[in-house]
Amino acid sequence: MSLRRVMLYSRFERFWHWTQMLLILVLLVTGFGLHGFHDLLDFRRAVTLHTAAALGLVLLWVFAIFWHLTTGNWRHYVPTGSGLWQVARFYAWGIFRGERHPYRKAYWRKHNPLQALSYLALKLVLFPLIWASGLAYLFYALWSGMPGAGGLLEGVALVHTATAFAILAFIIIHVYLLTTGESFVEHLKPMLNGFDKVELTPEEEAYLEKDEPGHIR
Amino acid sequence: MADGHTAIRRVARGLGTAAMLALSAATQAVPDTDSPVHAPAADVDMNFRLQSTTPTSRTPLSDSTADHSLYEALQGPFGSGPEVTKACLSCHTEAGEHFMKSIHWTWEYTHPETGQKLGKKTLINTFCTNARGNEGMCAQCHAGYGWKDDSFDFTNQSAIDCLVCHDRTGTYYKTPTSEGSQACNVMFEDKAPIEWVRVAQSVGLPGRENCGSCHFYGGGGDGVKHGDLDSSLVHAHRALDVHMDEDGLNFACTECHVSRRHQWAGSRYHVIARDTGGTGMPGQRRDVATCESCHGDAPHPADSLAGIKLNHHVDRVACQTCHIPRIARGGVATMVDWDWRTAGKTRDGEGYKEKNYTQGNGEHRATYKSIKGSFRYAENEVPGYAWFSGQMRYTTIETQLDPEQAPVEINSFSGSPDDLASRIWPFKIMHTVQPYDKGNNTLVYMHLWGDDDTSYWGNYDFAKAIETGMAKNGIPYSGEYGFVETRSYWPITHMVAPADQALDCGDCHARDGRLAGLTGFYLPGRDANAWIDGLGLLLLTGTLGGVAGHGILRAVARRRRKTQ
Repeated sequence: MSLRRVMLYSRFERFWHWTQMLLILVLLVTGFGLHGFHDLLDFRRAVTLHTAAALGLVLLWVFAIFWHLTTGNWRHYVPTGSGLWQVARFYAWGIFRGERHPYRKAYWRKHNPLQALSYLALKLVLFPLIWASGLAYLFYALWSGMPGAGGLLEGVALVHTATAFAILAFIIIHVYLLTTGESFVEHLKPMLNGFDKVELTPEEEAYLEKDEPGHIR
Repeated sequence: MADGHTAIRRVARGLGTAAMLALSAATQAVPDTDSPVHAPAADVDMNFRLQSTTPTSRTPLSDSTADHSLYEALQGPFGSGPEVTKACLSCHTEAGEHFMKSIHWTWEYTHPETGQKLGKKTLINTFCTNARGNEGMCAQCHAGYGWKDDSFDFTNQSAIDCLVCHDRTGTYYKTPTSEGSQACNVMFEDKAPIEWVRVAQSVGLPGRENCGSCHFYGGGGDGVKHGDLDSSLVHAHRALDVHMDEDGLNFACTECHVSRRHQWAGSRYHVIARDTGGTGMPGQRRDVATCESCHGDAPHPADSLAGIKLNHHVDRVACQTCHIPRIARGGVATMVDWDWRTAGKTRDGEGYKEKNYTQGNGEHRATYKSIKGSFRYAENEVPGYAWFSGQMRYTTIETQLDPEQAPVEINSFSGSPDDLASRIWPFKIMHTVQPYDKGNNTLVYMHLWGDDDTSYWGNYDFAKAIETGMAKNGIPYSGEYGFVETRSYWPITHMVAPADQALDCGDCHARDGRLAGLTGFYLPGRDANAWIDGLGLLLLTGTLGGVAGHGILRAVARRRRKTQ
């Protein structure tokens, strides 16, 4: 086993991540503005921006889902109990004692178990919730004729707002955790150049060096 | 409904306060200009159809293929209106029969849904209160000749007044059909005699000043009643009304209020609050005055998200709500408050007026009249908003009212966010304190007009005026009157502003926007769930506090490790 820098976040994955970040930022700012938390934008402009960003994000997700499925990257997010406790214990205790992070990244498992579980929850719970409620909100005109549509719209709005709060909370933790590595920048780099330190088996190392020489440093 | 009304009352209170402020401002600006009732000063209050200073409006509808001045039947001589009418009907053989079915003739309307008998012949309003029994004065706005009491023959075609609508010289006028008290008669003196032949030969399709000679002056003066109909529309500019703009479309009223056989589209007794019929194809739709009948049901350009979203509002928000941002914008004030209790004060035994309100066009308006009481006005006023299904229900002379539940709604309406036929509509709200029968708890008919010793206008005695008014119409009266607060609601639909002056999204989608008082539905930008917001903010502060605490602990631990 050797620790090597390997292309772990492909160009599309990085594009997806940063575009998504940008769109979510726009959505949060405009969304909380529409909700009445600030007056940086007038309602008309805020709705236009919010909707454009949302539709952009939906399009991005279509590609991202396709990418996850066809490249097999979905496997990174399969939840596992193995090592979960150790990681949780590390963040709650070990990190203060200067312990080493218990998780070793593998070529086919780039997230630690806690991280994978959080991302999975984000992708399978929060994103679908905000996506579905947002689309229902956007296309209210299509179902506004239904009996009780007015009350239902309030429900949709509540789910949408509640999910937005949860996503913002996720982002706060997500950004904070970047500071727990060697340095904030060091932690950020893999998502910029794609290369991250991974323990490779001799077979993986040999394969990468021979067949994907550009993906290993 | 209850919610909607609470809301509209809140708006109404605001309207009243604004009117009060405007009044006090006007009081400061203009010193007491009391003048006895017979002063010859320019008095815009009641001089409707007596003003010959207003030139006729152009009307784009007059592309007639006939020159009426060439017709033999119109060469005269004519000595009276009915003689002209006979000449008209000698060619327009069916017009008399058609016209006699119109509300302009019958003053009667039976609501198809509530079955209530409405129309000026029966209704009590929040202004001069009743036309019934006062036809001598009020029937100046009846398109007929000589209706002064029950003896009027509604089957006599020569009593139809064709000229009031079709005169295009602007010189035709009507006067009261019976003698009033001298206190009032002075208003109608010194008029030049009507040149019947000239007037008869001028006839054409009605211009705005024809319809306006009554509809702009409802309630007893210019703009008093509606708030969106006043004399400023005769020569409208674009910002006042895009359709009637004299230098633009220059619509006559009948461009929208289409007619067939002298029946006009557009009724405020039975409003089409939501028109799903759209524009219709040629040969269809000659019976509605709705915006949708020309603009369709997706009127905004769908070339932007905002445009598409606006089109999605059409099902719940009336066009008028956004496109008539304020009422009484033409320099003519509308009355918002009328208190009959103060009527009847005299000076040296004579009635008088105080004109302490100066409106936008510089004319002074009466804030007090002995014959009517005290008034307040409003201009450039934000209307009240309510859900409206189009169905009006009236408090009539037959309605038992509960004075404890005042204000009594003279016209209430149905509508709710849950009713898909309802939309949010703008209303002018009128506040009045008017007499009622204290013993029987009903409204009253007052005898206002007449050259006798019980008419209110001249004798200033409510007891006598009500007794006569009720007796004349065979309505039981307890003999004891009081005053009750009333409200009336006037759907707003004219004075459509240019599109760039329409309301913007944020005017309603805001915490304290125009619809702040309308409850019972979720309005994005206005509404929020306190629990979700509270818990959400708790989650965010908790998260921030959590990571901050975690970070500080890490830093402290690191330092301790270093020093060790």
